[in-house]
Amino acid sequence: MLYREAGQFKTGYAADVAVFPLREDRVGMAAILVAAFVLPFFSNDFMLQAVLIPFLVFSLAAIGLNILTGYTGLVSLGTGAFMGVGAYACYKLTTIFPSVNIIVWVIASGFFSAAVGALFGLPSLRIKGFYLAVATLAAQFFLSWAFFRIAWLYNYNTSGAIEVPTRTLAGVPITGATATSFTRYLVVLAIVVLMTWLASNLVHGRIGRMWMAVRDMDLAAELIGIRLLPTKLLAFAVSSFYCGVAGAMLVFFWYGGAEAAVFDVNQSFFILFMVIVGGLGSLTGSFLGAALIFILPIAIRAIAPALGLPLQAATVENLQYIIVGALIIFFLIVEPHGLARLWQIGKQKLRVWPFPY
Amino acid sequence: MRLKALLLGSALALAAAVPASAEEIYIPLLTYRTGGFAVSGVQIGSGMADYLNMLNERDGGIGGVKLNVEECETGYDTKKGVECYEQVKGKNPIVINPYSTGITLQIIPKAAVDKIPVLSMAYGLSASADGQNFPWIFNPPATYWDGASMFVKYIGEKEGGLEKLKGKKVGLVYLDAPFGKEPIPLLEALAKDYGFEMKYYPVPASEMQNQSSLWLNVRRDRPDWIYMQGFGAMNPTAVKEAIKINFPMDHLIGNWWAGGDDDARPGGPGAKGYMALSFNQTGTEAPVMKDILKYVVDKGKSLLPKEKVGETLYNRGVVNSIIIAEAIRNAQKISGKKAITGEDMRRGLETLVISAARLKELGADGFMAPMAVSCEDHNGHNSAFMAQWDGTKYNKASDWIAPLKDKVNPLIQQSSKDYVGANAGWPKRSEPCDKSS
Repeated sequence: MLYREAGQFKTGYAADVAVFPLREDRVGMAAILVAAFVLPFFSNDFMLQAVLIPFLVFSLAAIGLNILTGYTGLVSLGTGAFMGVGAYACYKLTTIFPSVNIIVWVIASGFFSAAVGALFGLPSLRIKGFYLAVATLAAQFFLSWAFFRIAWLYNYNTSGAIEVPTRTLAGVPITGATATSFTRYLVVLAIVVLMTWLASNLVHGRIGRMWMAVRDMDLAAELIGIRLLPTKLLAFAVSSFYCGVAGAMLVFFWYGGAEAAVFDVNQSFFILFMVIVGGLGSLTGSFLGAALIFILPIAIRAIAPALGLPLQAATVENLQYIIVGALIIFFLIVEPHGLARLWQIGKQKLRVWPFPY
Repeated sequence: MRLKALLLGSALALAAAVPASAEEIYIPLLTYRTGGFAVSGVQIGSGMADYLNMLNERDGGIGGVKLNVEECETGYDTKKGVECYEQVKGKNPIVINPYSTGITLQIIPKAAVDKIPVLSMAYGLSASADGQNFPWIFNPPATYWDGASMFVKYIGEKEGGLEKLKGKKVGLVYLDAPFGKEPIPLLEALAKDYGFEMKYYPVPASEMQNQSSLWLNVRRDRPDWIYMQGFGAMNPTAVKEAIKINFPMDHLIGNWWAGGDDDARPGGPGAKGYMALSFNQTGTEAPVMKDILKYVVDKGKSLLPKEKVGETLYNRGVVNSIIIAEAIRNAQKISGKKAITGEDMRRGLETLVISAARLKELGADGFMAPMAVSCEDHNGHNSAFMAQWDGTKYNKASDWIAPLKDKVNPLIQQSSKDYVGANAGWPKRSEPCDKSS
């Protein structure tokens, strides 16, 4: 009922292969976008700074991992490290060339991450599955070690942490302590929207089809003329690019500073959970997964006192682990393909509602 | 996406639903009772909360205003700490106690913008002792650099004079994180001045409970003294490993965060003689501790079992809260307001003097050293002493040791300048200095 297809005719190939073939989807998408850009005018600092900015950043990282794991079928446990490469590259670039706009460096840091990712992706031609996961885990450990030990990366800072200097865009500070969460959010949102749109075009086009062919059966893909190594390396590079930009944004627009421990293996698992819970091979799923894994704990923490439960902070913390853990298991049993698939089913149901068959 | 909107909406509604009342003073405590550092965090958190709650129970708050004490769980995780900061920011907190060097480093640039003073008691960024560049950050009673200099001064005394340190080997066992690395520049400078050799033994946070390979290196190098800048689960492991290699316990000296009872106790009888710097007495002898027992612990309002009350880290949490409470009193006096703001609190902290006489009034005579903070010097570089483990508790094993200010101060000036230089556009101090009240 809500999704009524009647009367929507496709008159050309372009309409037939469109990302959002239904008018309702297009309208919904537009509404979400408008809402996202209008939201900061009605939102408080906590909402923007502690909920929405990290949610967007993690969504972008999840998209990055999804390109590799969900679309190309290469399991990676190095996401945290690739995010770190982006963050440290951005830090070095902006301290060496302070006059160049920070947004340029945030995007450019993705290329450093892409190069490192492609390098660690080289073994992917020979090894698959678990073995590849362990190879990327090696990348994670090596890079974590590098962030700790190579003092040049953090400008020989005694504390070993990188600190974000104030940088402006058209005279308005967008990083550093003086930047308001309002401007930060808009910058992050703009970058995430742009990169999601790019990712959507990538995965729906020729390159995305190559990736999916490799994922579904790499021997068959090779037989129909897809060269495996460049395809897999491209997946690694693009995925790491997204993770790198997300890492740079994490430090520059959210934390305002970071130590090497931020980019440890836990971060990798965190993003991997988002992708698995959200749905492998789905951009929507990346957002849904980030929402469940990141926002749910905050919501639980806020709900407990609001309900007047006399719970200690530590109890809430432990409860949160239990609830989120149980929810992950629940979701995966109910729908192993993640929240994105649930959403799809929901849409399908709405399409035939109120007369299901 | 509908789910997303739903979640966002509910979170939004909840975040807006908690207004702060005007006639109370809101003090958020960032504590950690979970995670790898909970061993230390549980006691510190309880000590901080119990003293403030005792003031509520006994005196009805401070100056007739109730204290609204609320904990936010960080798990000693920087990410969650920053989240906590954002969460409490909207409720007009008068002071933030990050209780983690990592979290402090993230909050330092925000403090001046949000007008919330940060009290990082003897942790955090040593350079933030410079009040000129860091008007909103306070780290009394001593910095890590003061601590390391006290250690060198102490071992110099034991060796028969600082010049006797020439040719000695001094080891630093440290947590490989910003916190652990802090004393390195000072020890390096002192090593150059006095001619001793430094050996470094970093412990990665993931390897806290697995240090055997590191202690093999210690056995090979045979350092004469070891200074330990450790925290959480790292400390008891280090003490146990040191016992295993027969390292003389009274030559292993922890910094004040490596001086918890649960750091030494797991070592068993072998840990007897282990030393750590401290700036507070243990036990429940002081009248202030008796009041805490009477008004909070015995009424079942503490989160800590009674037998743990009075241990080193618990009492340190109490010291932290004494500093907060005294600064609030001072701020009320300066501003003439009852429900003070963050700005008033900043002025209160900046002119804070806790004299020996005042400590007596508080029932904390000898419990902690008298301390003073000034406009230029947000740390005061106050004294600490060596506490020694006798198998069941810590005892005071030395006089109050003053830090080597002449070595520490130039380093603070330099690193404060470096910090400001590295953070282009660091705001110039615009806050006027108050006269000490």
